[in-house]
Amino acid sequence: MNDLALIGPILAAMFAAATPLLFAALGELVVEKSGVLNLGVEGMMLVGAVCGFAVTVQTGSAVTGFLAAAFAGAATSSLFAVLTLFLLANQVATGLALTLFGVGLSALIGQGFVGIPLEGLPKLYVPGLTDLPVVGQALFGQDIMVYLAVAAVPLVHLFLYRTRAGLVLRAVGENHTAAHALGYKVLRIRFLAVLFGGAMAGLGGAFLSMDYTPMWAENMTSGRGWIALALVVFATWKPVRAMLGAWLFGGVTILQLHVQGLGIDVPSQLLSMLPYLATVLVLVLISRDVARIRLNAPACLGKLFHPDA
Amino acid sequence: MSFIRLEPRGQASKTMVYATPLLAVALTLLSGFILFLAMGFDPLKALYSFFVAPVTSVRGLGELVVKATPLVLCAVGLAIGFRANVWNIGAEGQLTLGAITGGGLALAFYGEGGWWLLPLMVIGGAIGGAVWAAVPAYLRLRFNASEILTSLMLNYVALLLLNYLVHGPYRDPDGFAFPESRLFEADAVLPILWSGTRVHLGALFALAAVAGGWLLIARTFIGFQIKVIGLTPAAAGYAGFDQKRIVWLTLLLSGALAGIAGMGEIAGPIGQVTASISPGYGYTAIIVAFLGRLHPVGILLAALLMALSFIGGEAAQIAMGLPKAITGVFQGMLLFFLLASDVLIRYRVRFGVRRAAA
Repeated sequence: MNDLALIGPILAAMFAAATPLLFAALGELVVEKSGVLNLGVEGMMLVGAVCGFAVTVQTGSAVTGFLAAAFAGAATSSLFAVLTLFLLANQVATGLALTLFGVGLSALIGQGFVGIPLEGLPKLYVPGLTDLPVVGQALFGQDIMVYLAVAAVPLVHLFLYRTRAGLVLRAVGENHTAAHALGYKVLRIRFLAVLFGGAMAGLGGAFLSMDYTPMWAENMTSGRGWIALALVVFATWKPVRAMLGAWLFGGVTILQLHVQGLGIDVPSQLLSMLPYLATVLVLVLISRDVARIRLNAPACLGKLFHPDA
Repeated sequence: MSFIRLEPRGQASKTMVYATPLLAVALTLLSGFILFLAMGFDPLKALYSFFVAPVTSVRGLGELVVKATPLVLCAVGLAIGFRANVWNIGAEGQLTLGAITGGGLALAFYGEGGWWLLPLMVIGGAIGGAVWAAVPAYLRLRFNASEILTSLMLNYVALLLLNYLVHGPYRDPDGFAFPESRLFEADAVLPILWSGTRVHLGALFALAAVAGGWLLIARTFIGFQIKVIGLTPAAAGYAGFDQKRIVWLTLLLSGALAGIAGMGEIAGPIGQVTASISPGYGYTAIIVAFLGRLHPVGILLAALLMALSFIGGEAAQIAMGLPKAITGVFQGMLLFFLLASDVLIRYRVRFGVRRAAA
C-alpha cells in the first residue's frame, strides 16, 4: 500500500530529473548532426545555470532568467564555434577547454549568489487530472520547463527529418565537402547549430539552478553535461531515443535518492555513483554494436573543414 | 572573398610551435588586465599579487614546486596518450585512486612500518591509478566505448569512493568523526628535499617522469609507434603496429603516473587521507599537456606556470580579496588562447582581397 503511494512522487521526480539532461542532449544532438563534437556541454550548462539564476534574482522574472540562460549558453558556445570553425582548433581539446573555462567562469559570476534561495517555478494543476493516482502528478503536475523539454523532442525530430534546413544540416554533417560543393555554407550552418546547442545546454543548466534545486552552487551540474553527451551516443543520434535515455537516467538519479528511504542500508556515496556507473554501462552496451554506431554517427563528426583547402 | 583569410602553409611552422604558447600567455595576461579592471580592482596591482608576489619568497618558490609536481606527473602521462589519439581525461580519478591505494597501505601498516613502506606506497599508488585507467582501456578495446566519456565518469566515481572511505573505513578512530584519516607516521611521509619549504621527494619523481617520457617518445620504437598512430592511424595499420597494445600502454602508463601523483599528495603536503586531495590537478594537467606541446620538457615549464596560477589565486584571494575562482578562468582562457593561436602553425593570415589567378 505504502509502496504504491511512493510510485507517484517517484515518477514525477523522474521526469523533472530528466529535464536538464533532455535539454542538453537535444542541443548536442543537433550540433553533432551538423558534424561538430562539442565536449563543452558541462561548461555551457554551468554558465547557463549561474546566469539564469543571477538574472532571476536581480529581475524577479523567471522568464527573463531562462532567456538570459539560453543567451549565455549560446554566447559561451560561440567561443567554441569561432575556435573550431574559423581557427580550425581541435574539437576535442577546445571542448575540454570550454568545460574548464565554464567551471571557472560560472564560479566567478556566482560567488555573490551562493546561499540565496529562489522559489522555483509554479507547478501545473489541472483539477481532476493532477489528482489522478500514480500518474497524475507525473503527467499533469509538472512545471512549464518539463513540458517544454518534451515538446522540443518532436520539434527537433521534425526539423531534422522533415524540413529542408534539417536536410541541409544533416548533409553538412555527413559530407561537408559535398555540401560545400553544392553551395551550402558549411561553416555558417555549423555555427548556428553550435549556438543552438549552447542555448539548449544553458536552458538545461538553468532548469537545475532555478527550479530543480533552486539555488546556485559551484559545479552544481556534477557531470550532467557529460552524461548528456553519452546520451547522444546512446540515442544513436535520434531525438526520441534521447528522450527515453533521459528518462532512464532521471529514473536512476531518483532511485538513488529513494533506495535509502526504502530501508536498504548502503552508504550514500556509493549510491551516488549509480548515475555515473549507469552511463558507463549504457555506453558499453550501445557502443559494442560497431556497425550500428557507424551507420548512425554523422560521417564528418569531429572533422575539421577549411573551405579554401 | 573575405578580407582576412587563412592560407595553408606548405610546412608547419617550427617557430610558431614555440611562439604560440608565449603569445597565449601574453593574451591571457592582457585579458586578465581587462578582467581585473572590469571587476573594479587596480589591474597592475592585481596581476602583481597574482603572478609575482607569491614567488618572491623561498617558501613561495617551494610551493610552486609542490603544486607543479602532481601536474607534471599527470601531464606527462596524458601527453603520451594524446599523441596516440588516446583521450584520457580521467587523470583526476586516477590520481584519487592512487591516493586511496597508497593511503590505504599507509593506514594498513600504521604503527608497524619501516623503510619499505614508502616504496610500497609508491607501487601501490601506481597500481591503483593504472587499474582505474585500465577500465576505459578495456571498454574502448573490447566494446568500442569512448574513453573520453568513460574515463571522465570514473572521475566522479573515484571522488565518491574517496568520500565514502574517509567517512568510513579510513576515518581516524580518535578523530571525533571528522572525515579524515589519521596523520601518517614518519615512515609513510615523503622526505622534504628543501628545508624551509614543503618540497618533497615527489618532485624527483616528476623529474624522472619528464626524463622517462622524453626517452620513451624520442628514443624508442614504442614512442615512434605512438607518434605514427597519432598522426596517421592508417599508416600505422599498414605498418602492422599493434594499436591495441599502444592504447593499453598509454592508458596504463598515464594512470600509473597520475596514481603516483595522488600518492605523493597524501604522503607529501597533506600527510593524511582527506576528502579533498586535489584542487583539480587532473583537469589542469590537460591544459599543461597542451601548453607544453605534448613534450615532456615543455610540460615541465607549463606545469610551473599553472602551479603559479594556483598559488597566485590563493595569494590574490588573501591580499586583495579576489575570488579564488579566478584561477579557473585564467586556466581556461590560457587554453583557449593557445588553441586559437595554434592556427598560426599551419596557416598564414593574409589580409586583403584575393585576386583571381591570372
